Amino acid sequence: MTGELSFKAGLRDTLPTVFGYISIGLAFGITAKANGLSVLEIILMSLITYAGSAEFIIVSLLAVHAGFWAMILSVFLVNARMILMSTVVAPYTSHESLLKNIWAGTLLTDETFALTMNKLNYTDHKLNFTWLNSANLFAYLTWAAASGVGGILGNLIDDPQKYGFDFALVAMFIGLLYLQIIADRSIKFNVQLTVILFVAVLMYFGMAFITANALLLIVTLLGCGFGMVLKHVVK
Amino acid sequence: MSLNSYVLLVILGTGLVTWLSRITPFVLLKRFKLSPIVVNFLGFVPISIMTALWIQSLLVQHLGQLPSLNVPNVLASVPTLISAVISKNLMVIVLVGVISLGVINLLM
Repeated sequence: MTGELSFKAGLRDTLPTVFGYISIGLAFGITAKANGLSVLEIILMSLITYAGSAEFIIVSLLAVHAGFWAMILSVFLVNARMILMSTVVAPYTSHESLLKNIWAGTLLTDETFALTMNKLNYTDHKLNFTWLNSANLFAYLTWAAASGVGGILGNLIDDPQKYGFDFALVAMFIGLLYLQIIADRSIKFNVQLTVILFVAVLMYFGMAFITANALLLIVTLLGCGFGMVLKHVVK
Repeated sequence: MSLNSYVLLVILGTGLVTWLSRITPFVLLKRFKLSPIVVNFLGFVPISIMTALWIQSLLVQHLGQLPSLNVPNVLASVPTLISAVISKNLMVIVLVGVISLGVINLLM
């Protein structure tokens, strides 16, 4: 990753995440097909709902004939963390037009958010629409294409998760987390490490009580609150 | 290729709530500025959310009792983390991670 904010740099920076999108997109297509969705429905869901984990949840809820509003509420809760991520990114693109801001937000994901946070460490905390749009589009089109191919191939191919490709996104979060703590000098190293431990412990114990997807949001909020207090105490 | 109207309605409805979650901050922050307290708070979103997503992948949930470990993912995290420290290169980290889990799945 460099400080360059061009369209081409966006594609280059996003390339490592594409493995993860292909593998999980294929897995989604296969799962959705096995649960009775048509290829057209699979592609439309990936283009319109566009939310990895939430799409798996929708497919499983459709399979058990869950109610419409129950599905809407589940997806809202699973994706509520998007509000947080968009709030973090938005101030960096507020100099761009409203339309560009809306478009950048429309395609923001966990992965392009994490990439953006890392990119800021190389660009002296500057961001533009061109780079973000290129990262977003690359991720978006790869996801839609992979889920469509998964739907077409259906059970013809082996479970792609068996080959370890689904670990690509986890590896990416591990890598970006490490790169983030060594690069972000605005927060002390010890404070960052303590917040990470705090979040990890809460995730572990929280898993006993709250569904993982809702827990993700709650723990993130608690981690932020804890970090903020800690930052004031540890001067 | 069939398109069930109920499935389409679900796709549009879930798409709408997701889209609103994504764009609302971009629309609001075009006009308003965040207070320093909120900025401080949000400064911890990246490490909190990345840690939470990582830890989630290491655990298998059993509501009502403590989670069990996803052993292959835990094992694959070790070389991945080491490669992060050594290479500081995202592409290398992702490749090491994928190969590690592939080898672990093969052996287990």
